[in-house]
Amino acid sequence: MSEPTPQAEPVSEGSAPPPAAKADGGHAGNGHAHADEHHGHSEHPFLAHHFDTPQQQFEAGKLGIWLFLLTEVLFFAGLFCAYTVYRAMRPEVFVYAHYFLDTRLGAVNTCVLLLSSLTAAWAVRNAQLRQHKMLMTNIIITIACACTFMVVKYFEYSHKAHDGLLWGPNFAPKEQVWELPGFKKKHPEAAEYAEKLAHAAKEAEKAPPAAAPAPAAHGTKPAENHEPAAKPTLEQVEPLLAAGLIGEKAENPTGVSRPRNAHVFFSIYFFMTGLHGLHVLIGIGIWIWLLFKARRGVFGPNYFGPIDYAALYWHLVDLIWIYLFPLLYLIH
Amino acid sequence: MTSPSTTADVVAPKTGSGSDNYLVHDKGFLSWALTLDHKRIGIMYLGSVLAAFALGGLFALILRTELLSPGRTIIDHDTYNQMFTLHGAIMVFLVIIPGIPAALGNIALPLQLGAKDVAFPRLNLASYYLWLLGACCMLTSLIMNAADTGWTFYAPYSTTTETAVAPAAMGAFILGFSSIFTGLNFIVTIHKLRPPGMGWFRLPLFIWALYSTALIQVLATPVIGITLLMLTVERLLHIGIFDPALGGDPVLFQHFFWFYSHPAVYIMVVPGFGVIGDLIPVFSRKRIFGYKFIAVSSLAIAFLGFLVWGHHMFVSGQSTLAGSIFSAITFLIAIPTAIKVFNWISTMYKGQIHLDTPMLYALAFLWVFTIGGLTGVFLAVMSVDIHLHDTYFVVAHFHYVMMGGAITALLGGIHYWWPKAFGRMYDEKQGRFGALLVFVGLNVTFFPQFIMGSRGMPRRYYNYLPEFQDLHRLSTIGAYMLGLGFLMTAFYLIRSLKSGRPAPANPWGSRTLEWTIPSPPPYYNFHHAPTVTRGPYDDYEGLVYDEKIGGYVEKAPTA
Repeated sequence: MSEPTPQAEPVSEGSAPPPAAKADGGHAGNGHAHADEHHGHSEHPFLAHHFDTPQQQFEAGKLGIWLFLLTEVLFFAGLFCAYTVYRAMRPEVFVYAHYFLDTRLGAVNTCVLLLSSLTAAWAVRNAQLRQHKMLMTNIIITIACACTFMVVKYFEYSHKAHDGLLWGPNFAPKEQVWELPGFKKKHPEAAEYAEKLAHAAKEAEKAPPAAAPAPAAHGTKPAENHEPAAKPTLEQVEPLLAAGLIGEKAENPTGVSRPRNAHVFFSIYFFMTGLHGLHVLIGIGIWIWLLFKARRGVFGPNYFGPIDYAALYWHLVDLIWIYLFPLLYLIH
Repeated sequence: MTSPSTTADVVAPKTGSGSDNYLVHDKGFLSWALTLDHKRIGIMYLGSVLAAFALGGLFALILRTELLSPGRTIIDHDTYNQMFTLHGAIMVFLVIIPGIPAALGNIALPLQLGAKDVAFPRLNLASYYLWLLGACCMLTSLIMNAADTGWTFYAPYSTTTETAVAPAAMGAFILGFSSIFTGLNFIVTIHKLRPPGMGWFRLPLFIWALYSTALIQVLATPVIGITLLMLTVERLLHIGIFDPALGGDPVLFQHFFWFYSHPAVYIMVVPGFGVIGDLIPVFSRKRIFGYKFIAVSSLAIAFLGFLVWGHHMFVSGQSTLAGSIFSAITFLIAIPTAIKVFNWISTMYKGQIHLDTPMLYALAFLWVFTIGGLTGVFLAVMSVDIHLHDTYFVVAHFHYVMMGGAITALLGGIHYWWPKAFGRMYDEKQGRFGALLVFVGLNVTFFPQFIMGSRGMPRRYYNYLPEFQDLHRLSTIGAYMLGLGFLMTAFYLIRSLKSGRPAPANPWGSRTLEWTIPSPPPYYNFHHAPTVTRGPYDDYEGLVYDEKIGGYVEKAPTA
């Protein structure tokens, strides 16, 4: 190479390499190589100096983002693994705790994210075809969906905090699980039964120890109090047993209490959804940055990598939520 | 293949101030701090890693001094616990893991590959700054109240101790991302930036090793990331995932930790294999024996490395069946490792062995690493491990592998690529003496520890029985020798930057691409991609030594 390249900036090394000599090498199938057959990088303002063709740069970026997504999957895999271990060790905690989550809000968020994934994928197509307006629209919809997701998440979190549903030592639920509308709707008999048991236990506590074996003496509900003693039905007991509210000796339970270490569910819930939410926030940042870039009209058939990579990242963020939703909200 | 004579005009035309090599291409602090050039980033990594090595080494010397006599010698037991923790954490996370890939790899990989840079230069710089940030976090822990958990951060002690575990764990978390970025960058670079003719089986073995390492970095490191994040959150918010008092499972931490940290052992040592694979044929002036086997065995080690983490947990209440399976797979790793060692020895057989400093380190590696590897097989046997677990035998084993494997190879690599990176030759006589001192010091330090361990001296203990004193003293003397060797090495290497003779393009008679361009390399490495026509260790006969320039040049074609 005898041509002088006095420029100091690496990106402005416009005329240095003879691309024709390089393009015939190991990179077969240069779909976009036609543009720079006789010119240097000046043709492609976004081509970094160490790449020969936009195609090579795009492929490198694509492999890079896939590898990055692989690390993301493994990063979350640690949490999914912890989830699996605890669910296997304490299935009742998960059954118990999932009643506290709002399935409707979770489902809304799932739909919102799925829609945003569609618009993200659409944006890639728009960038490739240089459809400027549609690209902007789709990016904006994606950002709007992501923000909606975070707003819904905020309401969920603040409800949880309000109801004392937090991790570790902060776990102090204000409501009993059988008082929740979700539980009542699913297992009306069990909810009623649990109510009775709890009530009976309370009465027994209030009464002096001598009176404890005879709760019937308390007048108001003697008939009802006899019923549980007379062998409860399967519908009454099974949901309570699954949620760890009553012990193994369910033929004649004497009281209800929440399962041990129930707070671990909320530790995992906040950790997983929190980390996922952080990824959504990062995604919002990326899309906003791309929105500004797209406004300058830089994306086209030769340069759409950033949109493509961001969309891939966004699909992964969605996919993680698609796993989180059933694992946390839809437990049976 | 570009020959040295044609590469002379590859150097960019002179722009006023001497040749346009990367060291003087731009000037000023910012031109380094914001550089995207892989060589400069490699140099910054090298300097930082060696500084961390000096700090970790200082801790090691203090620890060994403390162990000169039973009871208190110079520091109290709490300080001792903190010091061995930080010695381990610094050496593992700040020195050995980034040592060869990020420092030497950044300097050499694109040059060996024939590329202008790594695929993502910005990510490369980000990786370096993450390293710095991680190092700062570790230092924060040191200043606040250094962690005393051991470098393994085992729960539940790490979730309950008063010391500053969170900054150290977050430091390791950040360093993990630094490592992931380097690995990701290298994988993409090797896949996408090979010049014409550079097929997979024409890659130098160093690149093969870095590729295998990068795979482990990308696949294993995220798991330690999430684990350390959980640990930190556990400490700060008491989420009860690892703390048994809150219903957590501390053995889960061990599984997570070793799922990364065993593969990490190969992140540390496989690049060392790569360096040795490059050194041995060059200094034997003979084509490498069994190239493909060596190349693929790196991948085999990387793969098997993911399946053996349970051998760290033989005494953690793991089932015997699980233990047996982990034990059996661990034995399997001996096979690809032995393939490498045998092939290197076969390469030397009937070669013209030149005992230059890098080769001395390569030979030291073969000796020390083989001992380290074989004692690993002892530890992989469950019944033997019950006795040796948490004794000095384990300490000696992993120091033979980490220090004898990774650090020896790092030093060999530094001495090999020093002339290329800095354009200066160091004093060869001092280099050889330093290598000898390091080799002897290493064995004197760690061999007695095998004996102590097999006699029951537990690791990490501040105090010991009087019968171990002689061996402890011997070990400490060895540590001082090592310290002296490193000090001397640092001295002559730094001096060479000022007064060393200018390095020729190819001082060792190597055949890989980085030696076809001037030393130090031009800013853009190769102004047009070289066309590769043969393997990295072929045709040593085609080179002759030129007295005038003190290096090797292509033989003039006999016409």
